[in-house]
Amino acid sequence: MKEDILTKGTNAIWKFFSSVTLTVIILILFVLVSIPGTIIEQGSTEKNLQLLIKVVGEEFAPKALKIIISLGFLDAYHSWWFIILLLLLTFNLTICTIDRFPTTWKIVKTPMGPLDDSFLINMPIRAEIKVKGNLEKAKELVSKALKGHGYNLSEKRIDKTLHLYSQKGKHSRLGVYVVHTSIILVLTGAVIGALFGFKGFLNLPEGEAYSAVIMKTGLLTQDEENERDRLLNTIESVSGDIVKTSQVLGIEPATLQSKLKRYGIRPLGFSIRCDDFEVDFYGNSDMPKEYKSWLTVMKDGKEVLRKSIEVNNPLTYKGITFYQSSYGLMPNLRNAKFVLNIKSNSGVSETKYFNFGDKFAIPGTGIEGIISDFSPALSIDENGRVFTYAETMNNPAVLIEFKEKGKYKYSGWILKRYPTTWQLPEGHTVEFKDLWGAQYTGLQVGKDPGLWLVYIGFALMSVGFIFTFFRSHKKIWARLKEERGEVIITLAATVNKNRIAFEREFERRVKSIKGG
Amino acid sequence: MTSSIFFSLSELAYMMAMVAYITYLVLKRKGIGIAATGITIFGFSAQTLAIIQRWIDSYSIKIVYEVDLFSKLLHSAPFSNLYESLILFVWTMILFYLIIEFRYKNRSFGAFVTPIAGLALLFTNLTGMSKEIQPLMPALQSNWLIAHVILSFIAYGTFALSFSTAIMYLIITTEKRDEGFYIFWTLSVGLFLIVLIAMALDFMTFRIAFSTPESFIKSYLFRATFLNQSKGIAAFSYIVASGILFVLWRFGYLIKKELLSFSISTEVLDDITYKSISIGFPIFGLGGIIFGGVWASQAWGTYWSWDPKETWSLITWLVYAIYLHARFMKGWRGKKVVVLAAIGFFTVIFTYLGVNLLLSGLHAYGEL
Repeated sequence: MKEDILTKGTNAIWKFFSSVTLTVIILILFVLVSIPGTIIEQGSTEKNLQLLIKVVGEEFAPKALKIIISLGFLDAYHSWWFIILLLLLTFNLTICTIDRFPTTWKIVKTPMGPLDDSFLINMPIRAEIKVKGNLEKAKELVSKALKGHGYNLSEKRIDKTLHLYSQKGKHSRLGVYVVHTSIILVLTGAVIGALFGFKGFLNLPEGEAYSAVIMKTGLLTQDEENERDRLLNTIESVSGDIVKTSQVLGIEPATLQSKLKRYGIRPLGFSIRCDDFEVDFYGNSDMPKEYKSWLTVMKDGKEVLRKSIEVNNPLTYKGITFYQSSYGLMPNLRNAKFVLNIKSNSGVSETKYFNFGDKFAIPGTGIEGIISDFSPALSIDENGRVFTYAETMNNPAVLIEFKEKGKYKYSGWILKRYPTTWQLPEGHTVEFKDLWGAQYTGLQVGKDPGLWLVYIGFALMSVGFIFTFFRSHKKIWARLKEERGEVIITLAATVNKNRIAFEREFERRVKSIKGG
Repeated sequence: MTSSIFFSLSELAYMMAMVAYITYLVLKRKGIGIAATGITIFGFSAQTLAIIQRWIDSYSIKIVYEVDLFSKLLHSAPFSNLYESLILFVWTMILFYLIIEFRYKNRSFGAFVTPIAGLALLFTNLTGMSKEIQPLMPALQSNWLIAHVILSFIAYGTFALSFSTAIMYLIITTEKRDEGFYIFWTLSVGLFLIVLIAMALDFMTFRIAFSTPESFIKSYLFRATFLNQSKGIAAFSYIVASGILFVLWRFGYLIKKELLSFSISTEVLDDITYKSISIGFPIFGLGGIIFGGVWASQAWGTYWSWDPKETWSLITWLVYAIYLHARFMKGWRGKKVVVLAAIGFFTVIFTYLGVNLLLSGLHAYGEL
């Protein structure tokens, strides 16, 4: 008796979780709970506070914000209610699959047989054709009409009637399971990525090597930020060696680990150096064509990998991937080097690195240049005055004052992007190649051990889509009966979807049998 | 550039086709119907030529960085900004529409499809979207991304079509003025009409091209009507708009009779709605969501970041998933399911325009 109730209960639960109605309800809920996260700016307490002050007034705004935060609305897609819904969806998908798959599998596996007369005359898609001649001839007609269209006919003789039948696209019935499985794979991959991967950021100046990245953390106080920066500096000073770091700081390795976690510092286990960063522009415009960083990976002081990366073309080492994400000008240009190619009119040329204020000579002449000003983005206004129009190196220019025998000769701006400005009146050229060390490259750094699973899910889903939406399971039966010199062909068919189109196809097959 | 002549021709043709189809619906003269189809085919051909021409033009302008022919062709595909993508959307929708018109030998759908084309084209003209061929910025130079954009807009085209047939379905299955579905379709058609008229008035009043759709929306959209400086005109606009809604609600059932005289069955409308969605849904899943994810993974290091555009495209996809699943639910045939198809298209419009204009996110810079 008890068992009976138990099975009844389990059955009810099973029925509940395997119902399409539940799927639809979950999906509707899913849509609804996805919306707030797109409207409320995620993660930004300050902006939301300002907004709340406007809505509910200064007095209640902090309280309201607290409630919103505690309900998880500022991190909506990681909140408990969102995750519960995701779990429910996965559970429902799994149960639905387990519940329905065996039946479908049976349909796919069961070999097709001839149809009983009682079934045949009740089929919704049906036609009757009379042809002259004997069974053999009629059979030929039917197979001619069907074979070219992918129906490989089986036949069976029962008494005096001949049954022909065929099906195609039976595997399309499995498509929906492929799609559902792929969704579970993608979600699993996402969970693996969230648990075992990380996402960080790194602003890497030209010429420098870093061995730790910073990840997103909760709000830090000024003191905590200072401590984080101290920690980072220490880590970098020992090239990312964690054991040494704890020795230098005089703290336990376990304490260090918890601090790293708290401040979102992630040691890479190797160092990465930016050798150079460049922006390519379209022609003379300011429209960027490509951002490019030349990176070197170093482990234990040795170079192990060199690669130039662009947007859409990252570098991966030991499962950690570096993506070109942003760039900018360093706040301090003291360490930057001007790279100049100096070529005299007699053809002697040399490329050298200079500091701001440095002097250089044009080989074989008494002319001397002094680097006296720099602009990352030089432009000229209506009155012919030069000014800097951007804070990135859109149009870098260097002002050089030339002297001969200690006397001022002339000065002028030399622009990296305009070769005509490299020419000196005497036929010498001074090419401004780069201000190296002035820019940093912004790298998105990430490790996602679940990515391959997500990609497999994507691939499976694509295949599943084709089977689910662009193929259908079609069955055709033909019963051939000879009666007084003619053969009555009864054709019947079923399809599991897209019936209107199939009916048209069926019509055509019938016509082609009639037409011989 | 020669392509712009063909674009203008096709725009003109679609506008004329819209008028012709609606006239045909009312007067039921066969000649007008044939003319409407003819004009649409003409417009479609002109648009096809224009797209090909633009493709050739941008092939010679844009391509300096890719090596293989496939990437070169893909990267010069003229579907990389808001203007170009709307053109592709209209093109796809008209293509599917013409196929359906010939298959079902019924011209009455035209009156419901061409206005969407008209609205989209009016929007491109009104916002003065950049029609210039622009070089691709670094993040956009990816085969995945371009395939993502093309497939998304093809899917949007099929969704627009399903919206038209869904509305037609609701029209011919409702007549009681207090029925929810009746109110839903009169409101949908009414809002659609009001936006179309208001935008046409903006166009006639200002005729200015702006650099970005955002700045247009912020400073000029509906300024000729609802947001007019003169309070009187604004109030009058609201009165007229309410009047339109009221008339539609009061006399909407008359459209049902018009439609029924074209002998379209609910089965056919349901079938076209379902078919369009069952083509659009996997294309959107593949192109919109999967390809987008692969691209984001390569460009930003994360295939999914819950950015508003991503989330809304997922919402769109899920609404159509709900539609597809609801068809399998017991007792959920007919209006209850069809209305989901119509709602789906509203989420498409929001994903496409609403997110860029109202919400911020990573996609903002791409204008897509």
